[in-house]
Amino acid sequence: MEHVIRFLAGGLMVSLFAMIGDVLRPKSFAGLFGAAPSVALVTLSLAFWKRGGGYVSTEGRSMILGAVAFAIFSFLVCQLLMRARFSALAATLTAAAAWLAVAFGLKQVLLG
Amino acid sequence: MVVRFRFSALKQSRWYEYALRFFLGGLATVVAGVVADSWGPAVGGLFLAVPAIFCASATLIEKHERRRKEKKGLRGKERGKNAAALDSAGAGLGSVALAAFGAVMWLLAQETAAGSLAFATMVWLAVATLLWWAGRHARIVRT
Repeated sequence: MEHVIRFLAGGLMVSLFAMIGDVLRPKSFAGLFGAAPSVALVTLSLAFWKRGGGYVSTEGRSMILGAVAFAIFSFLVCQLLMRARFSALAATLTAAAAWLAVAFGLKQVLLG
Repeated sequence: MVVRFRFSALKQSRWYEYALRFFLGGLATVVAGVVADSWGPAVGGLFLAVPAIFCASATLIEKHERRRKEKKGLRGKERGKNAAALDSAGAGLGSVALAAFGAVMWLLAQETAAGSLAFATMVWLAVATLLWWAGRHARIVRT
């Protein structure tokens, strides 16, 4: 049941932020909503309820590393689109592998 | 340049595109929860900043822009890539704000639940907007 609640709340929150991004102009500003804390808001709300503040605090610390990986992901997507002329799908899928490597690499180095 | 709303952009998306984003968003949230349950909050927290729906969003932006420009007789393929790249640059700034969100949660989560979430969201929006404004301002000054 918890997974169903997670799925519905996550889907709604992500869709809401994505729609805000759709209607905003200029596009560079709308892009900010591509990195909105939609998944985090739902996950952390449920974590507060189930596990408490200490658990959420640890998740927040790791989220900073995930966000650094996201910044590198965005830079790579930009470069692959503009210089290598990749399609958007190919660029984002290639950069997603970099996100995984950077996020887990930073976690291992900084948090153990 | 002033930030504005263009609600007609909502008509560009088909129902299955909204459904896809809903599905991917829901899936990313479930995965984040399962990872945290299985490997602990230190690993699970990484997935709170996963570019979950960015693949779908960038592809949709590219497609919509290409379609829009080709209707006007312009080179749609190039414009589509440029629009997706611009969106990605914006997301890059947003990710710095996402780190600020994480930092607020790290520091305040043990004090207050609802308060920390509300404050972190405000900090995210403020940092993202400030970075975007500073970026535009720097570009105007340079040119």
